[in-house]
Amino acid sequence: MSQRTAVVASLQGLHARPAALFTQAVAATGVPVTIAKGDGAPVDAASTLLVMTLGARLGDEVTLACEDEGVLEDLARLIETDLDAPDAGAAAGTAAPAQEATS
Amino acid sequence: MTVDAGPTTFQGVGVGRGMVVGPVAKAHPSPAVPSDGGPGDAEALRAAFAAVAATLQERAGAAEGAIAEVLAATAQIAQDPALLADAEQRVAAGESPAQAVDRAVDRFAEMFRAAGGYLAERVTDLRSVRDRVLALLLGLPEPGVPALEVPSVVVAEDLSPADTAALEVDKVLAIVTEHGGPTGHTAIIAGQLGLPCVVRTTGVMEVEAGREVAVDAATGTVVVDPAEELRAQARERARVQEELEGDTAPGSTADGHAVALLANIGTAADAGRAAATPAEGVGLFRTEVLFLERSSAPTLEEQTAVYAEVLGAFAGRGGGDKVVVRTLDAGADKPLAFVTQPGEENPALGVRGYRLVRREPELLRTQLAALAQAAKDTGTSPWVMAPMIATAQEAADFAALAHEVGLTEPCKVGVMVEVPSAALRAADLLRHVDFVSLGTNDLAQYTMATDRLRGSLADLLDPWQPAVLDLVAATARAGAELGKPVGVCGESAADPLMALVLAGLGITSLSMSPGALPAVRHLLRRHDLDTCRAAADAALAATSASEAREAVRALVDPAVRDALAL
Repeated sequence: MSQRTAVVASLQGLHARPAALFTQAVAATGVPVTIAKGDGAPVDAASTLLVMTLGARLGDEVTLACEDEGVLEDLARLIETDLDAPDAGAAAGTAAPAQEATS
Repeated sequence: MTVDAGPTTFQGVGVGRGMVVGPVAKAHPSPAVPSDGGPGDAEALRAAFAAVAATLQERAGAAEGAIAEVLAATAQIAQDPALLADAEQRVAAGESPAQAVDRAVDRFAEMFRAAGGYLAERVTDLRSVRDRVLALLLGLPEPGVPALEVPSVVVAEDLSPADTAALEVDKVLAIVTEHGGPTGHTAIIAGQLGLPCVVRTTGVMEVEAGREVAVDAATGTVVVDPAEELRAQARERARVQEELEGDTAPGSTADGHAVALLANIGTAADAGRAAATPAEGVGLFRTEVLFLERSSAPTLEEQTAVYAEVLGAFAGRGGGDKVVVRTLDAGADKPLAFVTQPGEENPALGVRGYRLVRREPELLRTQLAALAQAAKDTGTSPWVMAPMIATAQEAADFAALAHEVGLTEPCKVGVMVEVPSAALRAADLLRHVDFVSLGTNDLAQYTMATDRLRGSLADLLDPWQPAVLDLVAATARAGAELGKPVGVCGESAADPLMALVLAGLGITSLSMSPGALPAVRHLLRRHDLDTCRAAADAALAATSASEAREAVRALVDPAVRDALAL
C-alpha cells in the first residue's frame, strides 16, 4: 500500500462541490482508495459522506493511500487544486481517464 | 363559521387572503419502519438504492439551477459506497433492509449534525434518500408531492424546501399543511406565489386524495365537500380579488395621504415579476438568496450582475423606481456554509445579520461595493439597509462604510429595526442614517422572546401583541420627529387591518409579498387618515393581540370587511 500526503487547496475545504468532484474521480479509478486527515482514521475516499465528515479545510494535510502509485499521484494533484474554481470540473474530468490508463 | 352535521371542517392558521375550491392532491409522508421490519433482502436493498439514485439523477438532468444541484447532491448520497456498505452490514447482521437503511442514515445524520454548519444542512438530503429508499422497499408511494394531473390543493404534513421548489406552480391552487408555521418557508413561498395557504391544520391528512375541499386562507379553514353556498362564496371572493387587482393607483388613504406600497423580493426573477405589478417599487430585496446553497461567497462581479438586473427592472419606471436592498441577513434560521459557525448555542441571538461584520468584514464591504457598481452601471439610486442593528454606533458604522464605497446621495442608507433596543432608541439611530425599516417578524421574536421557528408559540409571535405595537409606534414617532421615512417590511404589512394601524402611526411605506398588495391598497383607499389614526389609537389602547385586532376591525367599513373577508 502506497501513501502520499497532500495539502487541501480548495478555498472552502473538502465540502460540497470539491468533495463531490474528488469522490467522483476516486470512484472513476475503480481502485480502493482511503483518505485520512492529520492523524485521524482513514476512510473510503469514494464516499462523499465520509470525505465531507473529515472536515478538511483549506491548508489541512490529508493522507491518501492505495495500491496504485499513478492513481495516488493524480488524486493528490486533485486535492492540491482549488476545486471551487469555476473550471475545476474540467480538471477533475481529465484526472479520471488518465487513471483508467494506469489501472 | 358554524359547523353543523354537514361537511367536515379543519381549522388551521391562514396565510394570505385567497379562497379556492379544488381536489386534494396529497404529498405522501415519509414512511415509517414497520414493526416487523418489513420485507426484502440485501439484493432488494442494493436495487432500491440504485433505483433512487437513477431517478434523482434523471430529475437533476431535467431541472435547472439550485434545484438541479440539490437533486444531484441527493443522487450522489443515494450511491454513496459508505452508506450502502453500512446498510448492507446491518442486513448481514440480521436487520431488515428497511431497518438497516433507517439506522445507517441515522448514523450519518448524527455525524452531520454533530459537525454543524454546512453538514447539518445536508441532513435534509440524507432524510430524503432514506424516505425514497424506504418507500421502494415497502411498496409505498414515493414521498413528496405527486405529479399533478389537474389543478389541485396540495395537502401535506409539511413540505421541505426541496418539495416546495419542485411544485408545479401552475397546477397548485392552494397549499395546506398539518405542521409548519405562518412564518415558515412554505408560508413565505406560498405568499410569494400568491397562493392561499393554511398551515398547522390538525387532522387534515385524513382527507383522501381527490376529495373536493374549500380552502379559505383568510379564516384558516379547510372544508371537505363544500356545499354550493361555500363554492359561490369562493367564486365571489375570486371576483372581488380580480376587481381589486384592477386598482393600480399609488397607495393612499381616502383623503389622499400617501403610503407607498412596495414589494418584497428575493431574486432577479422576482424583481421582473414585481415590476409588472402596480407595486411602487421594492421595499425589501432579500439578498441572502444569492448566498444560500453555496460553499463560497459570490464574487464582486457575480453580485454586481444580479444587483444590476434587479435595479434595471425598476430603472426609470413610471409606477415607482424605489428599490431597497437589504445586505446579507445570514445566521439563525438562514445558515450559510461559509460563514455560519457551528455550535452556536443561541443562533438567533448570536453572530447574524450586520453582526457578521465582526468576523467577516470583507463580506459586507464586497456586497456594498457590488451594489455601488450596479447602481453606477444602471444609472439608479438604490436604498440600502443593514439587518439586525442594535445600537446607534452600529448604524453609524454601517452608514460610514456604505458612503465609503460610493453609496452616497442620491442613494439612501438606512437600517432595519428588528431588535427592541433599536426601536426604543430609534431617534439615535436615525441621526446617523436616512431611513429605517421595521422587520416585524424579528421584532416580535425578540420582543416576545419567542423563537420564530416554534410553530406552537405562534400566538406570542402575533404582531398585534401590544408590546410589539408600542415599539412600532415609538419608531414611527422618532421618524416623524426627525422628518425621515419609516417603512415596514415584515409580514404584518400584508395584513390589511394592520396596514390601517401602521398608516395611522405615521409609517410611510409598506412592503409585502406582491400577492398581498391589492387587499391592502383597497382597504387604505376606503378609509381616511383620521380613521387610520383612530385605528392606531384603538390598537395601542388594547391589552391583548386579539382585543387590538377586534377593536380595529370594528372601525372598518362593514361593506369592505365583507368583501375582503376580514
